[in-house]
Amino acid sequence: MIAAIIALTLLAAVFGLLLGYAAIRFKVESDPIVEKVDAVLPQTQCGQCGYAGCRPYAEAIAAGEADINRCPPGGETVILALSDLLGVEPKPLDDEVGEEKPKEVAYVDEQTCIGCTLCIQACPVDAILGAAKQMHTIIADECTGCELCVEPCPVDCITMIPVKKDVQNWKWPYPAPNTQEETN
Amino acid sequence: MGQRLHHFHGGLHLPDHKAMSTGKPLEWAPLPKRLTLPLQQHIGAAAKPVVEAGDKVLKGQMLAQASGHVSAPIHAPTSGTVIAIEEHAIPHPSGLKAACIVLESDGEDNWYVHESHPEYEHLEPQQLRSLIRDAGIVGLGGAGFPAHIKLNPGARTAVDTLVLNGAECEPYITCDDALMRERPDGIVAGARIMRHALQARKCIIAIEDNKPEAISAMRDALERIGEPQLQVIAVPTRYPTGGEKQLIQVLTGKEVPLKGLPIDIGIVCHNVATAASVFRAVVKGEPLISRIITVTGENIHEPKNLEVLFGTPIQEVIEAAGGISDNSGSLLMGGPMMGFALHDLQLPVIKTTNCLLAKQPEPARGPTLACIRCGECARVCPASLLPQQLYWYARSKEFDKIQDQNLFACIECGCCDYVCPSNIPLVHYYRYAKTEIWEQERERHAADLARQRHEFQTERKEREKAERAARMKKKKQALADKKKPGKGGADADAKKEAIKAAMERAKAKRVSGEVKPKNVDNLSAEQQRKIDEVDARRAANRDAHESSEEQS
Repeated sequence: MIAAIIALTLLAAVFGLLLGYAAIRFKVESDPIVEKVDAVLPQTQCGQCGYAGCRPYAEAIAAGEADINRCPPGGETVILALSDLLGVEPKPLDDEVGEEKPKEVAYVDEQTCIGCTLCIQACPVDAILGAAKQMHTIIADECTGCELCVEPCPVDCITMIPVKKDVQNWKWPYPAPNTQEETN
Repeated sequence: MGQRLHHFHGGLHLPDHKAMSTGKPLEWAPLPKRLTLPLQQHIGAAAKPVVEAGDKVLKGQMLAQASGHVSAPIHAPTSGTVIAIEEHAIPHPSGLKAACIVLESDGEDNWYVHESHPEYEHLEPQQLRSLIRDAGIVGLGGAGFPAHIKLNPGARTAVDTLVLNGAECEPYITCDDALMRERPDGIVAGARIMRHALQARKCIIAIEDNKPEAISAMRDALERIGEPQLQVIAVPTRYPTGGEKQLIQVLTGKEVPLKGLPIDIGIVCHNVATAASVFRAVVKGEPLISRIITVTGENIHEPKNLEVLFGTPIQEVIEAAGGISDNSGSLLMGGPMMGFALHDLQLPVIKTTNCLLAKQPEPARGPTLACIRCGECARVCPASLLPQQLYWYARSKEFDKIQDQNLFACIECGCCDYVCPSNIPLVHYYRYAKTEIWEQERERHAADLARQRHEFQTERKEREKAERAARMKKKKQALADKKKPGKGGADADAKKEAIKAAMERAKAKRVSGEVKPKNVDNLSAEQQRKIDEVDARRAANRDAHESSEEQS
């Protein structure tokens, strides 16, 4: 009886130490679920979800503080991917954060720009080129269409324009089924 | 001859309708007045213009240069004036516009001075490839992949066989047939140049057995030239034998790896028309500025093959074949299986236009019904895929699963579409899924870039903040160091001492009578009395002050 208790206690101690050591030795640096959620998000960094960027939103989702339907640029695709990833029910986009719309890029009217640098400070991805009292311009390839630069402009010279459809980015439409009645 | 042939999975026997356009000899289409040359007529990056509106150019002069490795230059098909570089509708399933160089011909067709290399055997493979690249040669079989890339096997791969594809398996199309019949010598010469560029051991010219005239013309040419390493092989007629991987399987029995290229099994495949244009480019120095196009279909008055300059409006090509007799049907670019509908007759002919097909209106396809899992599509699929499985996933937009089913091995030949008893537009679903996946790929790439830039910015802002804080701290420290001794330090004592000393000095002066009042002459009695009064008050004050100071 005593021998058994001692043996079990010893075993428990040994395994406890082993597990404790493993927890320290093989510690996972950051929460991998945050990385996975962040990888799904479109990285627009627009803050429409109410968080300071895509990563903070990913952290909030991972912590269970935010819903998965608060990303308007990602739209349905991101909601479905997140529901798949996290094993929760997909739901429609939250109305209060905005609505899904085709991708746009910012455009600076270079005649009107006064070179105040306010938009440069607002841009989350450094996609605006310019300096104080110099004309600014958008690097269209790097613009995420977050619209954060539109508001600060004191002369309203920034407009959002839809990305041009060309032969390179054109997509075949979803096939419409032929529903005509059979004639014979 | 005597070579054992193999076969590929699936495929179809289709009514070929080829006799329609082979009755007449090959002709040149008339010189157009205005040519529209899209900057992108090939797979890869669009060419970059090197001319401006208003420039006079000669036939064969380069108008736009290749931009990047996978790209091809564009040359002037005739002499004339560049009148604009602007957006025009181009032949593409989207019907969208793209940048084009518009050339107005002067009708003289004057050649640019060009360099020819009849002694190509003395050139290095590398020099040959750059000649071919500079001539703007792309695969003329339909896809338009820049030819010089497929002529570069890389240092480590030895090429065993060069396959020249003259199968031309799609119904109605006979442009390669016409070329092989009428200009076999050019193809053979081109084949020899390509073999030299690739250092390939042998070369096979594969032709479907429904083109006996082309086969005998090619064999005669080979006999005339006497090239034992070249061989013409007749392959059984079966759609799509002309597919690169299918043809290689028929000829060698080897399958090209799923995600690999023919070069991985020591084979390179080019179209016969590409070989002919390589011959022209190297031996005659003429860049790729025209091609043979089959203008055919029940609605064309005189179906025939025409050699057409790139940029010629389709309308003029069709008129050269007698025009369209009946507008009821559709006009396709390409064959009936893989072609796409054109809605504008002003669209230009480009490097990949192999056929203009005006067919009778087809009997209306019945309504799309549910897939009944009959498996016909899998039976005919030449890529050994499971088309119905691909269809399910495309329909439900499950793009991960559809890639697991090897969507990108699909060559869009249309066999599954053709046999589907439920009239499901299967190929349309696959094309939809492919372009969606490419879009997702682009988006993912853009998101990665944005994440990287945002993270860098966040890091930079934090670093700047830390630096600013450090600077502020330093400044504050400096200020504090200055102020500190002011409160009861040695400095203050020195100041007090100085004040005291000054006061002592003033006192000594006063006592010694050094300081004398001015303007005291001629004073009235009244004034003197007032002065005395003030002096007395001062003396009293001073005494009081001094006594209080002594006390303290």
